[in-house]
Amino acid sequence: MKQFIVAPAPHAHGSDSVRKNMLLVILALVPAYAVSVWQFGIGALITAAISILACVGTEWLISRFVLKEKRQTIGDLSAVLTGLLLAFNLPSSIDWWIVLIGAVVAIGVGKMTFGGLGQNPFNPALVGRVFLLISFPAQMTTWPVAKHFDTGYLDAETGATPLYYLKHMLDKNAPMAERLGSVKSITEIEWWDYLSGAMGGSLGEVCALALILGGIILICTKTITWHIPVSIIATVALFAACLGWAGMVPDGMETYQFVGYELLTGGLMLGAFFMATDYVTSPMTAWGKIIFGIGIGVLVMVIRTWGAYPEGMSFAILIMNACVPLLNKIRPTRFGEKKK
Amino acid sequence: MRTFKIGGVHPHDNKQFSAHQPITECPLPKQAIIPLVQHIGAPTQAVVEVGAKVKVGELLAKAGGFVSANICSPVSGVVTKIGDWTDAWSAPGQAIYIDVQGDEWLPEIDRTPDLVRSCTLDSKTIIDKIAAAGIVGLGGACFPTHVKLLPPPGKKAEVLIVNGVECEPYLTCDHQLMLEHGEEIIIGIQILKKALGVDRAIIGIENNKKDAIEHMTKLANTALGIEVLPLKLKYPQGGEKQLIDACIGRQVPSGALPIEVGAVVDNVATIYAVYEAVQKNKPLISRVMTVTGKKVQKPGNYSVRFGTPIEEVIALAGGIPADTGKIIGGGPMMGRAMDHVENMPANKRLSGLLFLPEAESIRPEEENCIRCGKCVQACPMGLEPYLLSRLAELEMYDELEKHDIMDCIDCGCCVYTCPANRRLLDSMRPGKAKVGAILRERAASAK
Repeated sequence: MKQFIVAPAPHAHGSDSVRKNMLLVILALVPAYAVSVWQFGIGALITAAISILACVGTEWLISRFVLKEKRQTIGDLSAVLTGLLLAFNLPSSIDWWIVLIGAVVAIGVGKMTFGGLGQNPFNPALVGRVFLLISFPAQMTTWPVAKHFDTGYLDAETGATPLYYLKHMLDKNAPMAERLGSVKSITEIEWWDYLSGAMGGSLGEVCALALILGGIILICTKTITWHIPVSIIATVALFAACLGWAGMVPDGMETYQFVGYELLTGGLMLGAFFMATDYVTSPMTAWGKIIFGIGIGVLVMVIRTWGAYPEGMSFAILIMNACVPLLNKIRPTRFGEKKK
Repeated sequence: MRTFKIGGVHPHDNKQFSAHQPITECPLPKQAIIPLVQHIGAPTQAVVEVGAKVKVGELLAKAGGFVSANICSPVSGVVTKIGDWTDAWSAPGQAIYIDVQGDEWLPEIDRTPDLVRSCTLDSKTIIDKIAAAGIVGLGGACFPTHVKLLPPPGKKAEVLIVNGVECEPYLTCDHQLMLEHGEEIIIGIQILKKALGVDRAIIGIENNKKDAIEHMTKLANTALGIEVLPLKLKYPQGGEKQLIDACIGRQVPSGALPIEVGAVVDNVATIYAVYEAVQKNKPLISRVMTVTGKKVQKPGNYSVRFGTPIEEVIALAGGIPADTGKIIGGGPMMGRAMDHVENMPANKRLSGLLFLPEAESIRPEEENCIRCGKCVQACPMGLEPYLLSRLAELEMYDELEKHDIMDCIDCGCCVYTCPANRRLLDSMRPGKAKVGAILRERAASAK
């Protein structure tokens, strides 16, 4: 009597896999990365390469020698993605050993400590970035100036980010001349430059257009849903508009300009489409995701407006990451729940 | 185009292998094995004894309760044994064994192919005939049909929903039945409408069966109060609750029956059986089965008398393909994998046989849950499979109940969609069974 394989239903599986999802996110980051290489030159290549290699290496070493896992997980590409995202959050001219430390912290502390992929409460790339921001504040806020394929790396010309100027303008203690100078620095940059990333900032955060394109790719391929990015962007826009109506924008700046700056600078698009949507650290249900996004939007604006840092996307996402277990208490709409 | 509102997945329908294969009669076996349980509900009680001579259509076992269904003899011959039998899933049961002799039918059964259109019987007589014929839902659940036609007091049916969806990939038996016996199905619908006292029927057919939609629409146009509703392709549209939602936009509340929203759902194959029972006096003794698979030589739709060992149907389809790893009774989403094919007869429950090549038979290795929430998006009942599965693993039955495990319809969408290949249902199924037992215990002690 021939015996056949027995297993519970279903006997079919859609072709989705962890690796496929990670690969899609990486591919969706390619346009933004290409712009970064164009704007920041060789530094963007070196930083990303170190970050990715260090992340993958750290995961493999910990998994192989500390956890002694039989099956290695680096093939799922999640460590590659974390490495790439960490690099996106660093200035491209930063020292290589700082990148290395960031990667080790991101994977070692942010991910493997909790048991690897799927177990970590906080976005590993942001854990790495915030660790570096607190440990190396000077290096982490020295931004290279976008110069259309610069071959300089450590000796790149540096400048401030638009959000730094914006913060400076609202600082009532600064001399009036300086404040007006800042307004000039910001408004001198053309809208096109904001969209295409010709400004100071972290490696991957500058080109809003490419990031939005990547985000659309992710939504169209059903890798992520619209809930988180849309709720973040809408909240930030609304919050900024309210500040504008309340007269809290810098002198010499229109409300629409202010809203535009808040949306297009400081890693908002990178955060909204790629960092906050990290599967592991975002809520499971549609409403959970929307509240998560609103929370990030409010927090980032609060930090940018009243906090000590000119930008707050990383902190906002990490704080909301901590709220995810609570947000997962929100149930999806059950079948038959609404109508009787 | 309409469909149900929550969740669902889009597996490849793979119907091309057996679609449009004409229904072929499977020859009579030498020995028929008739299991005594072929439905949901109480087991039947044999009314024949060893040595008895039976004709086709004669009652072999009678319903063992209100929710139960008669079993009539699908063959003529001599009863040789009534006793232990093991099914293809190695579950023990009871069966009647009949040595087949000739093919002698009860005289009252009309075996001509002529259509009998008019039905002057009243509701009660129709329902009695359906009960006597042992008709159960042939879509998969095998719930006795006459029970559905008797709504509990205070409830009134408004619409008959006819399930021509056949959302399981690979299966084509209902499709072919609609193409070949559409007229009988239309008459069957009119009979059921009369039995239920409703004046409206909706036939839901998924859009991957355009010829069936066209054919049934043409036939429905000649009848009163029957409409055909093409539905957007999405699994599990053939699920009773999903189909009602898709057809009339009403959602059956948790724990309730379709009658709660005024609907009664019957599958096209069931309705064909109703036609035969009421108009031709022919009890449910056979069904159309799809035998299919990527490597099957002659995939097709076979009309098989119950009791026929499935090996004979398989032989008709060209035998078991060489590299078969899994044989599934039913479709790939909800069907059950058989561990052997010997001594397993065709019966009311078996809608098809699917042969999966070895490469598709081994489930992909599980990885860590990445909490992507795709199972939540896919669940057609609006549940949280990732959570239910974990709670079931931890045996947290109170929490499982609070998170509505009892609403799970076992459709497999969550497992199908999971990028980490997690076998969520492996723990949810026993979890649901345990919670069900706890609920029954609680209800019994409350009495």
